[in-house]
Amino acid sequence: MFRYDNDVVLSSRIRLARNIKDIPFPSVMTEEQGQKVIDLVKKAILGSNTILSTQFVEYDMKRLSPIDRQSLVEKHLISPDLSQNTKNGYALIKNDNTVSIMVNEEDHLRIQCILEGLRLNESWDIADKIDDLIEETIDYAYDEKIGYLTSCPTNVGTGIRASVMVHLPALTITGQISNILNSVSKIGIAVRGIYGEGTQALGDIYQISNQITLGQSEREIIENVEGVARQIIFSERKAREDLYNKQKIQIEDRVGRAFGILSHAKVMSTKEYMTLMSDVRLGAVLGILDVEIQKIDKLTTSIQPANLQKIYGMQLDPYNRDIKRAEYVVRQINKKDNL
Amino acid sequence: MMCDKCKIRPATVHYTQIVNGVKTEMHLCQQCAAEEGLLNTEVFPTFTPFSVQNLLSGLMDFLPGIDEFTKQPLKCSYCGMTYEDFKKIGRLGCSHCYNAFSEELNPLMRRIHGSTEHRGKIPKKAGGKMRVKREIEELKYQLEKAIKEEAYEKAAELRDKIRELEKELGK
Repeated sequence: MFRYDNDVVLSSRIRLARNIKDIPFPSVMTEEQGQKVIDLVKKAILGSNTILSTQFVEYDMKRLSPIDRQSLVEKHLISPDLSQNTKNGYALIKNDNTVSIMVNEEDHLRIQCILEGLRLNESWDIADKIDDLIEETIDYAYDEKIGYLTSCPTNVGTGIRASVMVHLPALTITGQISNILNSVSKIGIAVRGIYGEGTQALGDIYQISNQITLGQSEREIIENVEGVARQIIFSERKAREDLYNKQKIQIEDRVGRAFGILSHAKVMSTKEYMTLMSDVRLGAVLGILDVEIQKIDKLTTSIQPANLQKIYGMQLDPYNRDIKRAEYVVRQINKKDNL
Repeated sequence: MMCDKCKIRPATVHYTQIVNGVKTEMHLCQQCAAEEGLLNTEVFPTFTPFSVQNLLSGLMDFLPGIDEFTKQPLKCSYCGMTYEDFKKIGRLGCSHCYNAFSEELNPLMRRIHGSTEHRGKIPKKAGGKMRVKREIEELKYQLEKAIKEEAYEKAAELRDKIRELEKELGK
């Protein structure tokens, strides 16, 4: 079987929204107050007497180039909103890229833990520990009745967002995806394409996450999201099997064509890559292609606009980016060893 | 078509904005569009939560946000945000706003979450008995897991910890 169900699941993320007592929220606070928040978080993590203090690296939005900031967004380490906040946006990121603490985003703190595959509980344990560490020196805005107070009432209570990123090519091809999208929304869980609600999911990648943050414990919320994720994983696997049994030649043709283009193209946009990648990933999982899915997933992050420019160490306009993207994909996909 | 801003490079980004029924169109080249911050969708915003601000405003329309006694617009005395401001931007100014607008926010939170009572984590400092109770719940969860995994040594440890905390709670 695949490690951590990663034939379907790309990653699991836990995010906790926290605010510091008696400091206005980022949307209205002064620059000084913003700096104070940064100083407090720095002290709490970097100044702590723990091994963690040596594992975090500082990222000050003011001092980073637009490409560096964008690259962090593409790696899911910071949000697009934080990357735009060059006034007092700041992040502490763990050196293995599993944890990031965003400062002065929508809330003072957004503690985020991302792990490969379906591992929400593990992600929660890590985020929870970091939350405890911060809380040793920082007084959070907290109310006995309604829990952690957040800038938007949609996050109040636990402040938790648990999300699982899944690759659903077979449910998309067979048209079953819309049923799923409709039914889960009734139990406070949202499934949406990575470009937001109602849009076609690029690369057939969807995100499953909780909408409710108040009235349930963190464990219950995680169990709900994981439960829905497990059912979706089951349906996707079943759909893949059915599809491959019933339309073997068509699926092999589709996968083969996608692989052909990915391994020989000369010009390729991000969007084209995403579409082809989905077929190739499906082919790899079904055993049609001898390509490791971890390799594909790594490539998907690397070929995003800012990351690609960082790899080549130069600024590229969109057309030249498409040429370099094709060059990079061809080189990596034909390489036998790992990236 | 040339870029509206630099007028040198060809326009490749076409942007339409409608505010209060007034439509503005912009045609920009890639570089100027990036400078204007219009290119966020080009990347990979997997974890961008979809904007809930519009939905929130929709939910809030039925609430007046007027102080019953003074008949003045509701205002947070700590950060100065009015309920009207909140309706517009969908974000509160500070944690004290929850108190200032509690009558308005309670029905809103019930609509969003189906509840107005926190059942999750409690910070140690805010702690007290409630925190110990939650900790026991968490340890019981871990205990169940340990038993399932047949990690009996760990289970015994957890059991002792639970007993200890229960004793503390009983005091």
